[in-house]
Amino acid sequence: MAIVGRALLIVAFAVALYGIGASLYGAFAGGRAWVDSGRRAVYALAGVLTLAFAIMEAAFLRSDFSFNVVATHSSTTTPTFYKLTAGWSSQEGSLLLWVWLLSLWSSLALALTRRRVREVAPVATAVLMTFAGFFLMLTIFWANPFQTLAQPPSEGTGLNPLLRHPAMMFHPPMLYSGYTLFSIPFAFAIGALVTRRLNAEWIVSTRRFALAAWLCLGIGIVLGARWSYTELGWGGYWAWDPVENASLLPWLTGTAFIHSIMIQERRGMLKVWNASLVLATGTLAILGTFLVRSGILDSIHAFGASTLGVPFLILIGAMVLGSVGLVVWRRADLRSEHELDSLFSREAVFLLQNVLLVALAFVVWWGTFFPLISEVFTGSRASVGPPWFDKYVVPLAFVVVALAGVGPLVPWRRLTWASVRRGFAIPLAAACATWGALLLVPGAWARPKPAAFAGVAAFAIASVVQELWRGMRARQASAREPAPVALAGIMRRNRRRYGGYVIHAGFATLLLGVAISSSFQHAKDVSLMPGQSTRVDGFDIKYARATASATAEKIALGAVLDVSKGGRHVATLRTTRGFYPSQDVSQGIVGRFFGGESESQVGLRAGLGRDIWTVINPNLTPLTGVIDQGNRTFARAMTAILRGGGGQRSLDELYALRDQAIVAVAHRFVSEPWPADFRFIVSPLATWIWIGAIITFLGGLLALWPAPAAARRRVSAGYAARVARELARTTQ
Amino acid sequence: MSMLIVFLVVLAVVAVIGAPLRNRARGLDPDAALRAELADLEAAKEAKYHEIRDAELDQRTGKLSEADHRQLDGELRAEAIALLKRIDAVRARLEHAPAAGPEPAARPPAVG
Repeated sequence: MAIVGRALLIVAFAVALYGIGASLYGAFAGGRAWVDSGRRAVYALAGVLTLAFAIMEAAFLRSDFSFNVVATHSSTTTPTFYKLTAGWSSQEGSLLLWVWLLSLWSSLALALTRRRVREVAPVATAVLMTFAGFFLMLTIFWANPFQTLAQPPSEGTGLNPLLRHPAMMFHPPMLYSGYTLFSIPFAFAIGALVTRRLNAEWIVSTRRFALAAWLCLGIGIVLGARWSYTELGWGGYWAWDPVENASLLPWLTGTAFIHSIMIQERRGMLKVWNASLVLATGTLAILGTFLVRSGILDSIHAFGASTLGVPFLILIGAMVLGSVGLVVWRRADLRSEHELDSLFSREAVFLLQNVLLVALAFVVWWGTFFPLISEVFTGSRASVGPPWFDKYVVPLAFVVVALAGVGPLVPWRRLTWASVRRGFAIPLAAACATWGALLLVPGAWARPKPAAFAGVAAFAIASVVQELWRGMRARQASAREPAPVALAGIMRRNRRRYGGYVIHAGFATLLLGVAISSSFQHAKDVSLMPGQSTRVDGFDIKYARATASATAEKIALGAVLDVSKGGRHVATLRTTRGFYPSQDVSQGIVGRFFGGESESQVGLRAGLGRDIWTVINPNLTPLTGVIDQGNRTFARAMTAILRGGGGQRSLDELYALRDQAIVAVAHRFVSEPWPADFRFIVSPLATWIWIGAIITFLGGLLALWPAPAAARRRVSAGYAARVARELARTTQ
Repeated sequence: MSMLIVFLVVLAVVAVIGAPLRNRARGLDPDAALRAELADLEAAKEAKYHEIRDAELDQRTGKLSEADHRQLDGELRAEAIALLKRIDAVRARLEHAPAAGPEPAARPPAVG
């Protein structure tokens, strides 16, 4: 089927080129028939790429090692669940995933807007098809997932062990969905600029896609952080790695855009700012894709060095120059229709928040690209680490969280002193109460930054709770409903507003977890024998016993640890280090089973108060002698069988003996234990990072979920009737 | 077999993207600019209704006093009325324009 896959990519490329031509010709000369044909080309592209993607996935499921991508990223021992995900662990497969998702989201966007933004949509179609064409060109000429091997191996290399984690099933598709969904408002912005239709309609038509992009990218980032926390074995969730940062950049500017488009929708203001933001976000999404693939910056998440850098740089250069040129060209059409009514209004808060988010994005961008910038100016690469990022990001994030609390309390257009008193009293009291409570925690004020953060987060959460409470009470007063029904009713009828508030509360919770867990964390690296104990942050941790297991997939050496405090049992932790077989035969018949890649399974006791986290790193040096002896013995036996003309049966018996020997070698870790290295971390409130993320994403879903059409019509009709009455009165 | 699959896919693609071209009568819409302006105004109107609704909610949840709300509501309704007048004017121009082919009317954008 590889030949079908290759042909489908070429068909898809031709369809993308046709879509560009038909849409542009239809928009400027040919009429609706060509525009419709161009739009249908996007649907056709989605169909063709779905077929191509299915062929690649089927090859992984069948372990068809005639596909190069399968031979180098999967094996017969890879569990089925991970065979499905192995496709996007490769450069080739991930490019196909990217363009497939782009075709699906583009089809959805164009289908939903087919009766709206009629002038803008054809140009947007051409832009989306240009992206599709670019990625298809890469898959055809640079990284073809359907490349075949003349002599397929009997066994594949296997999936990188670090990627055998449930989060990895969803992390790349969510990130790519975020990136590709941001292409949609980008494309419509280009269309609006080209056709000079720069009012609210293109924003109304695409804002849900911007929100969906923000949501997907956010989920992808959090899944990546969770993977880092539970798989990478260093105990952290964010390392300011270039690829992590690259995904954060469009998320930050996208967050700013989602807020500032509300001002354009309502007041016709900030058109230059919004156009620039969405164009920057779309470009940063491509930049993120480029960073993962080019190998220009070192990252654990990247695919390594490749030749894809140059075409990506050309695309990014064209996007930047085109965007700047378009905004300058259309500057007269981008003039604001109104001025800010007051510096004390929600619009002003949004504006300040926008500036801070863009400043945050700039800081992250500068720190990420500093190695390249320093190389250009000094000739040598210098990188900045987490302390540099923390120095600038923490104060900016502090004010952003404060504004997440202020925003819901401030009305549009103007704020009066009376409403300040009514709105701010309870949230400020919550902040003061939190600071007061921290006075009772020994050592809390020795670290003023997290203490201050806790107060500001409490302010933001209290402001949202207060708004929900007041909304519920208002609904109860008018509809005479019980409290839960009233709360659900007010949220259902005002999804965008209350979804946004819930996001603010979740985000404040998440950052509170980050601030407290990172500042009050206790970490210890120690070497222990079974039966020995150590103490971390008041917890006694005893290495109870060693464990070992050997399967066809991996050899796992681990430990069971008992955690207690004040003599009371708290938790039992289990951690293992998995060693995967290497395909390098020079490591010996036995040795290659210990010499491949490895991964950690952390022992984690997550709680609302604190996480107790551990990972084992067993030292394999004591096994070197017995492994070498096994290598020699089995090599001699193998030679004897081959020289003596022994058949397959003799070889199978030898392999069975080898497997027994490997199990015996691994079991030495239990029967004749030696000291193992452990890392222990006790982090307060770390679980609130994930709880905050879940709250944030539930808020995002609430804001994204469309209100039933009937309800929308009812609401609009009600206000239309009211304004019509007013109109009748004024014209009498 | 492989060639047959590819041939069938190409056939399906041509059928999907070629279907609109069988009806070439739908040329350029001479009223496209007017329709686009109408769609923009409809979007602005819906946004204004949304704003009126938000102000009402702000008043009910105590962010706006009764007097502030009355003043703001008056301003917003005046802006909505101005938009309705502009919509009527564009609609009138569209009605007096020559027939522009079988274009279905644009749906009003969603609120919420």
